[in-house]
Amino acid sequence: MTSSLQRLIELSSTRYGKDATTMKAEDDVFEKLGIDSFQAVELMSELEMEFDIEIPDYELQGVRSFGQLAAAIDKRR
Amino acid sequence: MSEPGAHPVSRPFTRNSDLGKRRYAPAEPMPLCWTRNGAVVELALGREPCNEIGSEMLAELERFIAELDVDATAALVVHSTVRGGFSAGADLRELYRGMVSRPVGEQAPAVAEFIERIHAVMDTLDTLPLTTIGVVHGVCFGGGFELALVCDVLIAERSARFCFPELRLGILPGFGGIPRLRRDVSNAVVRDLLLTGRSINAKKALGCGLVSQMVPTGQGLTAARAVANQATKFDRDALATTKRFMKPIPRAELDEEKRHFLRLAAKPALREALAKFVHSDDLRPYLP
Repeated sequence: MTSSLQRLIELSSTRYGKDATTMKAEDDVFEKLGIDSFQAVELMSELEMEFDIEIPDYELQGVRSFGQLAAAIDKRR
Repeated sequence: MSEPGAHPVSRPFTRNSDLGKRRYAPAEPMPLCWTRNGAVVELALGREPCNEIGSEMLAELERFIAELDVDATAALVVHSTVRGGFSAGADLRELYRGMVSRPVGEQAPAVAEFIERIHAVMDTLDTLPLTTIGVVHGVCFGGGFELALVCDVLIAERSARFCFPELRLGILPGFGGIPRLRRDVSNAVVRDLLLTGRSINAKKALGCGLVSQMVPTGQGLTAARAVANQATKFDRDALATTKRFMKPIPRAELDEEKRHFLRLAAKPALREALAKFVHSDDLRPYLP
């Protein structure tokens, strides 16, 4: 597990009160966390500030899993 | 005073309370609600799901403006009580319904009328002779972003996110957003936002000068009230003169933006994009 993936899972777990041990790289982020579109927007802001990066929205097309999101984060670090 | 996230169903007592003419029973959600505490008025946007600006919100904004006692007001705080954010922008579902239900010949005039009215609202808010403070949390997209841009001082909570996604719909911002954005931030940022449709977070917004304060989640209204309190200390004529001098209304650009918007809105691309949006089950329909 990459450090970005681990931090992503930890942040998601803390923010949305989910058990981090049940989150896997291949899990759909939004289904696993049970968040709506507005919470998805907030999650992106939290991730950008956590990792001190900017992720343009157009780089998130097709990104659904924790692993894919971690890879998108790593592209910008 | 109402706290962020709370629906002001029961308004706290305030001196010189001016509750306006209630059109809604207390148990009903209210698109707009305003309260006065001395020389400070707070305007709460409360239309679920995210303060979409359509005919109802427009009518309420017009009513607010008509009822606002400007002479008795030193500051106006504009904030949202809905969880999702400040405003997700124009009510695209209503716009689409209007397109499919009206004869073709009536669509353009209806859009033009809406645009004229919303511009009148934005221009009035932009030029009020008092300090206007916008508090943004969560989503601040499209027309919602344009509403925020009329405020003199913008305070972003950590969760705030700003976006102009209009190109996705085959249009450009039509509520006066481009001239007002250009008033505040560098052209590099303006081009990036408009030509990519990407969103930016509160930290970036602070860094590029779009907002002047970034505060923790839930602290926006507290920060705004402190700014509003400052305005109550100053000579009204001096404040109004200073504001008028340093915040010119880009009249020619606003009129040009209207013309461009109406031309693009009359093309089939908008209706096709709206149909796609309305029928989408994508969790992130706002992605460019």
